[in-house]
Amino acid sequence: MLNSGISVLFEGTNFLRLLEGLFETLRVALIAVVISIVMGIIIGIIRTSKNKLVQIPFRIYLELFRIIPILVWLFVIYYIVPANFGLELSSELVALIVFSLWGAAEISDIVRGAIISLPKHQVESSKALGLGVVQMYRYVLIPQATKRSIPPMINLITRMIKTTALLTMIGFVEVIKVGQQIINVNNLEHPTVSFWIYGFIFFLYFCICFPLSRFSRKLEQKWAT
Amino acid sequence: MKKNYLLLLFLAVLTLALAACGSSESNSGDSQSDTTSSIDEIKERGTLRVAVFSDKPPFGYVDSNGENQGYDIVLAKRLAKDLLGDESKIEYVITEPQARVDLLKSDKVDIVLANFTVTPERQEQVDFANPYMKVAVGVVSPNSAPIESVEQLKGKKLIVPKGTTAETYFMKNHPDIELVKYDQITEAFEALKDGRGDAMAQDNALLFGWANENPGFSVALPTLGEQDYIAPAVKKGNTELLEWLNTELEALGKEQFFHKAYDETLKPAFGENIVADDVVVEGKVEE
Repeated sequence: MLNSGISVLFEGTNFLRLLEGLFETLRVALIAVVISIVMGIIIGIIRTSKNKLVQIPFRIYLELFRIIPILVWLFVIYYIVPANFGLELSSELVALIVFSLWGAAEISDIVRGAIISLPKHQVESSKALGLGVVQMYRYVLIPQATKRSIPPMINLITRMIKTTALLTMIGFVEVIKVGQQIINVNNLEHPTVSFWIYGFIFFLYFCICFPLSRFSRKLEQKWAT
Repeated sequence: MKKNYLLLLFLAVLTLALAACGSSESNSGDSQSDTTSSIDEIKERGTLRVAVFSDKPPFGYVDSNGENQGYDIVLAKRLAKDLLGDESKIEYVITEPQARVDLLKSDKVDIVLANFTVTPERQEQVDFANPYMKVAVGVVSPNSAPIESVEQLKGKKLIVPKGTTAETYFMKNHPDIELVKYDQITEAFEALKDGRGDAMAQDNALLFGWANENPGFSVALPTLGEQDYIAPAVKKGNTELLEWLNTELEALGKEQFFHKAYDETLKPAFGENIVADDVVVEGKVEE
């Protein structure tokens, strides 16, 4: 009984299709992560400003992405925006926009937190040494803040990879959707197929996310000493 | 204090955004009529965009080689062939049940062919063409004690899955029949096998497939109550494509296209005991 399900995995191009689905998942997640990191660091530095006019708009931006579920953002940008403004966006582009904006918001908060948590004397000493603002960030603040922000950033990246599962809702075929397609076609003949397919998807996600979280733990331990 | 400001500001932004959506929604209808002919647009693009299911065999699914297959897909291919001269000129947009209306509204697809049942609520949001399939409530029962009419159900236990049309139908029309309700369809089927009820009611298309896989059971009462129709849908106000579809469906009906499609895709799943006429509509409603 159990074996009949696993044969489905290797039937036709099923195996290849699952890997292709995984590739799509990773492509969107990784492009979004790169954009998020660049945008997040810039916004994070801007947000250390004490000016209320600078703080409030970015704060609203961050809260919008924290409070409203990503699924709702995907729906709004994919279905509602084109219907009302005549903008034609592919599902992949919508995915990249939403994930990059979300990632940038979260990373900006991580970076801001890391910079603010640095002892005040770091800023004062740099000024006393005669460093300009750019030099102060480049040589003093950012190197130290990076250490503090990389573990939470890796955490966020694994979350982003896992959240791509939502993309099926806007017609983007990623690894989980491919799995469901295979399961529903073979369900009657092989009742255990869902166990094998979901098990395999679990294994794929594990292969990607576990090394990442191990890496972040290693870094944490290394920098703690 | 600061939190309150933020909340207010946030609410203000949200209201504005929602207002913008609400007001422009009313115009989207007439902006459609200004655009050039929708059929020319499809021809210019060279592909017909069709929303289909990818995980609902035998209606719309993806086979082991990654190809779209099923009853809906057979029709989609034929439409592309007759409109664009080549059945491969289709862009399949994979959809989920709850996204079908929005796909049309936001112009992501030209036609929805995804087991889309015609309901009054949906008719307000999209335009349905002539039907190509019909569904109704059916009753499946063991061959040893077949249920062939509603009268036979009096004093017996009938299994229904919660939230289905079958449940509403029996509660409204035959309140005297005792119902045994289950949350999930698979559970309900298991209950029937275990003999926790004398029969089970559900959408007949689903029952046909199940009875075929489970010897010892058959759909002795295939249709009950209101017929529901399954039809292709287009964006509201897209009359040109709608009229083209209707003439096309009627022409296909004359050549018994849907019976052929039934034999090809649904028959293997439903089995020999089901008559195609219980499921298939040849391009228009026969009165």
